[in-house]
Amino acid sequence: MKKTITRREFLKKSMTGAGLAIAVMATPSGFKILSAEEVRKEPPSFSPSVWLHITPDNLVTIVVNKSEMGQGVYTSLPMVLADELDADWKQVRLKVAPADKKYNDPAWGRQLTGGSTSIKHMCQPLRIAGAAAREMLMKAAAEAWSVAEDRCEVRKGVVEYAAGKKQLSFGKLVSRASRLPVPQSPSLKKESMFTFIGMPMARLDIPDKTNGRAKYGIDTFVPNMLYAVLSRPPSYGAKPLSFDKDAAIKIRGVHSVVAIPRGVAVCADTVDAAWKGRDALNVRWDKGVDPNLSNETLDKAFTADLAKKGLIGKSSGDFQKAFEKAATRHEMIFDLPYLYHATMEPMNCTASVRKDRCEIWVPTQFQTAVLGLTEKETGLKPEQISVHTTYLGGGFGRRSEVDVVEEAVQISKVIGKPVKVLWKREEDVKNGFYRPGTSTKAAGGLDEKGRLVAWFHRIVCPSIFSRAMPAAMKNNIDPAAMDCLSDLEYEVPNLEVEYVRIDTPVPVGFWRSVGASHNGFTIESFVDEMAHLAKKDPLEFRLGLLKGRKRASRVLETVAEKAGWSKPVRKGEGRGISWVLAFGTYVAQVAEVSVDKKSGSIRVHRVVCAVDCGPVVNPAILTAQMRGGIIMGLSAALKERMNFSKGGVESSNFDDYPLIRMNEVPEIEVHIIKSTDAQSGAGEPGLPPIAPAVANAVFNATGIRIRNLPMLPDRVKEAMGKA
Amino acid sequence: MISLIINGKSHKVDVTPDVPLLWVIREYLKLTGTKYGCGIGMCGSCTVHIDGKAQRSCQISAGDAQGKKITTIEGIPEDHPVKKAWIKEQVPQCGYCQPGQIMQAIAFISEKPDPTDEEIVSAMNGNLCRCGTYPYIKSAIKLAARGGK
Repeated sequence: MKKTITRREFLKKSMTGAGLAIAVMATPSGFKILSAEEVRKEPPSFSPSVWLHITPDNLVTIVVNKSEMGQGVYTSLPMVLADELDADWKQVRLKVAPADKKYNDPAWGRQLTGGSTSIKHMCQPLRIAGAAAREMLMKAAAEAWSVAEDRCEVRKGVVEYAAGKKQLSFGKLVSRASRLPVPQSPSLKKESMFTFIGMPMARLDIPDKTNGRAKYGIDTFVPNMLYAVLSRPPSYGAKPLSFDKDAAIKIRGVHSVVAIPRGVAVCADTVDAAWKGRDALNVRWDKGVDPNLSNETLDKAFTADLAKKGLIGKSSGDFQKAFEKAATRHEMIFDLPYLYHATMEPMNCTASVRKDRCEIWVPTQFQTAVLGLTEKETGLKPEQISVHTTYLGGGFGRRSEVDVVEEAVQISKVIGKPVKVLWKREEDVKNGFYRPGTSTKAAGGLDEKGRLVAWFHRIVCPSIFSRAMPAAMKNNIDPAAMDCLSDLEYEVPNLEVEYVRIDTPVPVGFWRSVGASHNGFTIESFVDEMAHLAKKDPLEFRLGLLKGRKRASRVLETVAEKAGWSKPVRKGEGRGISWVLAFGTYVAQVAEVSVDKKSGSIRVHRVVCAVDCGPVVNPAILTAQMRGGIIMGLSAALKERMNFSKGGVESSNFDDYPLIRMNEVPEIEVHIIKSTDAQSGAGEPGLPPIAPAVANAVFNATGIRIRNLPMLPDRVKEAMGKA
Repeated sequence: MISLIINGKSHKVDVTPDVPLLWVIREYLKLTGTKYGCGIGMCGSCTVHIDGKAQRSCQISAGDAQGKKITTIEGIPEDHPVKKAWIKEQVPQCGYCQPGQIMQAIAFISEKPDPTDEEIVSAMNGNLCRCGTYPYIKSAIKLAARGGK
């Protein structure tokens, strides 16, 4: 069944005004609900978003303003609205929102999918829209039948009177309902009344994805489009000294050569001609901004900065004094690598820039930035620009960047034709905005009773926000570098957290779970080491530092119980525990591992996960996100590391940047905690706990502490040799 | 001119024979279910069947594929037990690698109708999934092998 409708179909429906449309907008005094009629009367600058359109053909079209990148928003967001509406799931259709400030995330004022916020930010307005429409449909039916409204009920898209004596479908009621006043405070359902929320509803996008019909950005075709591929600087900041334009133009099918700030583009009728043209260009590049940049120079720079005093990110008590007085003191250093997003769909964008219009097809997480950039590059107004968000073949934060959009828009503008810019995997690996590499120094002090009384945590980390969203910087401190630290739940009387910003030519960006991906590791490794020194069980030690932290304690206790923490591990295996609070969601994991002493390779056999993200919309999607996060986190923990040499990126493809495959994936059990606490997201928080859980399990199995990631067999073997 | 037989249909394409089959399928014939992932045979996103065997279409030239029976994800019926199992087990997340996974799984099951876990892992290990749907892929293959029960 076709579950989406085209833009043309939707516009036709909306413009004719047929049916019932409900808009909800966030105002400082709360959500305001409007009908289509009222929306049309609003000045354009105040134009609210239409989330719901019920038409005489009995279809319920729900607009989704979040990008589908695998996390299930094309199912979970319609679910919450359809539930309040009491629609029949079969009549629900999906409309992907255009890039338009009307469809901004109400909490952010931006159209952006990220930070595990889609459910958290969109649940309320969508529920309100559904509930308001439901009340109007009931009222319309009661009027039509001249009966009391309270004797009417809505069930599966039909309003009924007196237990089914009279029935009218939504489609038959919309015309009357659309003339009614819009209720401003419709009553929302209690949990016991939910029909979809909390159910493992099947995903609407899966049939198309299974049959190869789902359209990703790379699948875009536009009449008369050319392919554009770029020759890109091999080292950071390198500029072209010369290139052979004529040789490229001579290739059959090549149309033009365009130099843009990010490289030299060859445009051609076919993609193979474009690549042949690029080879023929033979670009000579200058040396770039730091021709000696390599793994070694980066390591040196991080190590040097680790000796510097940082900005204070958080502090309580007097760390120095408490540390000096401590009965037991322990210091450790953690080095974590830059990481690549590796979306399976490489970066791409199709753009058609004309004098008075621009159209863009792009798998993006950040429509507002696409629009802003296009306005800047073309001088066009937002209403002259259409952005079509396709399916995203993976996002993980990489698609919150608009570098590839900039390329497509600049090239199309120069050549006056639509272009599809396509990156090869090698370009994607080499031109990323990586998860920052970090160096962390941690020091802890225990009193004579083994209590953690002093904790120092200094992180050297490049800044993401200073480039991506400078307004979010707080006193020159990057909030991402402080993830899990600024909101540390462990109760320690004397704490000092420091941030040292390091600037290198390597671009950094948001990588699934952002700062929690590195700080989760250093914090949970540190705490585990301190527990061992205190001669305490790692679970008990953590719980002792989390008195009064109900949600944290509960995920830990749950995961321990489900994993059989109190029972001995199998011979030759080790077990490790960790938990991380990220994006409001509490996740704890236990990993069971064994280590091959000869090769140093780590085998993760089983992972048990407990998650508390408040009330759950779709438990099947939540479980899939936990599993996926664990697998991506395990891939990073065991295998992934960007390599740099000769002033640029050395890594190039999946042969030298390996990802985890099926043979290394453990059994994963996910336990969802029934929670009435604040609702939060699921896309990212499953990832951070796995690396420390595995490292702590390796310690449990071997007595070896692995403080540098990834945990490559050679490193493990070397560490075991030293022990 | 290259002649290709894809999903039972004959196609004449104006392309040089050295172009990898993948790009001819995707960008010339617009059968976009077959995906580009790495171009070096390391990810399996571009997997198609050539004479019934799962092959990486980025690793065979259009010229060499002439005269062979090529099947893409679009050529597999919607009620195929593997596709049905993929939906029943709710395998895809972003979905980009899934056509390749499904093509790999179909060829594998046709050779090994009753596979062990080890055989599944060894058959599917060349197909990457960044979303981490591996446990679901494993379950779907087992379900399809059991005849959907």
